[in-house]
Amino acid sequence: MGGYSMRRKIVNRLMFALTALCALASLSTLFFVLGYISYRGLSSINWAFVTRLPKPIGETGGGIANSIVGSAKIVGLASLMGVPVGVLGGVYLSEYGHNKTGFCIRYAADVLTGIPSIVMGLFAYVLVVIPLKHFSALSGSVALAIIMVPVVLRNTEEFVQLVPHTIREAALALGVPQWKVVMRVVIPTASRGIVTGSLLAVTRIAGETAPLLFTSFGNPFWDNGWMNPMAALPHTIFTYAISPYEELHRQAWAAALILIAFVIAVNAGTRLLLRPSTGVSH
Amino acid sequence: MVKTLAMPPQYIPDSSPQGSPGGASQAVTLEVRHLKAGYGTTPVLRDVNIKFYDTKVTAIIGPSGCGKSTMIRCLNRMHEITPGASVEGEVLLEGKSILALDPVELRRHVGMVFQRPNPFPSMSIFDNVASGLVLNGARNRPLIAERVEDSLRKAALWDEVKDKLRQPGMSLSGGQQQRLCIARALAVEPRVLLMDEPCSALDPIATARIEELMLGLKNNLTIIIVTHNMQQAARVSDYTAFMLTGELVEFTQTQQIFTKPSDKRTEDYITGRFG
Repeated sequence: MGGYSMRRKIVNRLMFALTALCALASLSTLFFVLGYISYRGLSSINWAFVTRLPKPIGETGGGIANSIVGSAKIVGLASLMGVPVGVLGGVYLSEYGHNKTGFCIRYAADVLTGIPSIVMGLFAYVLVVIPLKHFSALSGSVALAIIMVPVVLRNTEEFVQLVPHTIREAALALGVPQWKVVMRVVIPTASRGIVTGSLLAVTRIAGETAPLLFTSFGNPFWDNGWMNPMAALPHTIFTYAISPYEELHRQAWAAALILIAFVIAVNAGTRLLLRPSTGVSH
Repeated sequence: MVKTLAMPPQYIPDSSPQGSPGGASQAVTLEVRHLKAGYGTTPVLRDVNIKFYDTKVTAIIGPSGCGKSTMIRCLNRMHEITPGASVEGEVLLEGKSILALDPVELRRHVGMVFQRPNPFPSMSIFDNVASGLVLNGARNRPLIAERVEDSLRKAALWDEVKDKLRQPGMSLSGGQQQRLCIARALAVEPRVLLMDEPCSALDPIATARIEELMLGLKNNLTIIIVTHNMQQAARVSDYTAFMLTGELVEFTQTQQIFTKPSDKRTEDYITGRFG
């Protein structure tokens, strides 16, 4: 009996140690990545780097301002296209999608989520670049929006589904038409989850590189429109990193740090937004 | 104290098996004729006939699954929103068939309070009460504010919340939330208030407050309350209907049903022999 109990205790400790080790490993990866990128990139970040255009190889002092603004524009436009479609589609699935059509949409969205992003880039190339006959920021946004839609759709559906049935009944029993119940009661109740999921989808597409390779293409200069090639942070990191120049490698690390800082900022902002503020404690 | 208030006036005993308790000469607000309802192929209500009177509280009692909730959900056509639900027969609201009315329109006249308090989580106390008006297009702010105060007073909640109308409805206690839901239902000025076991999630003190409230409210309303609690039915109602397996077994003055039930099944249920 004593031996058995001893064995049980040892196995218990071993299992605890194993799970703790794995948890630590996943956490330390994040800190390792953050630490290493900061170590390589921080020294290159200064005011000029974030406000100036790239300079030709050999000259010093070039920046990535066009990539930062380009990323903001491409991702911003993609979100403007992807978020409304995803949110309203998700509301449809949750409120009216308990039938075959809903099942098909749900299934299609799940398949779409699993399609490699470079394929989405190819699709946007065929859809936008070929008809317009040149690379453009718009085509990059279209590619990113297509990636975003199924993610936002399923997330929205999940959160709208979480709104208790009794809340819908209460509104219907007041003589409120169904579309108003959805728009004014159900969606506001689920709004935090919807906003959070949408912001996380924004950070996801902000880091996509492959879909931009043959859509927005990259551009070392400013461009004020949507119809010309445009630089974006992940794409710039990629081109700098595969270049043979030490100076560009250094800049790629710095650009990666900026991209990661953006992702972390949005994540932290989302956390703040998610904090319960029911007013009970005030 | 609630109990003495609740005792209905004495009437001549009624001999009709179902339908209306004889001797009563009040205005009928709702009349149910040959109502059959079910889910899919499962019948829940089999030919129910009943009348609900103005300024009276009618309690519907019966064991779980007897069709009490389904019945009152037919009265504001909430039954239909359940997928696969079916309904047959006639319900007249002040003489007019409710099936001819738009359900959205009907529900403004027949309000409902549910088992669990369900204030809208995204709205403040004020907005919860105002929701029925605002979501139906009311714009006149002073009028809305007036109606909100009036409804909260009727629901005996005004004094507790008048200084925190902007706080979320969910910040209130369970009993207060249920009174908030009553105020929300009253704000659209319904003719009938359906209450589906409104106290089943509340403690005895909160329950007593709601029961007291109902006695004040019935002055210009028809109240129909579904309850599992026979003491509650005895305390608050003027009439009681006893249902069993989708049929209305007995419907008469509350005092009579609890003292001299005419049907053996009613007696068995009331004395606790089953259910």
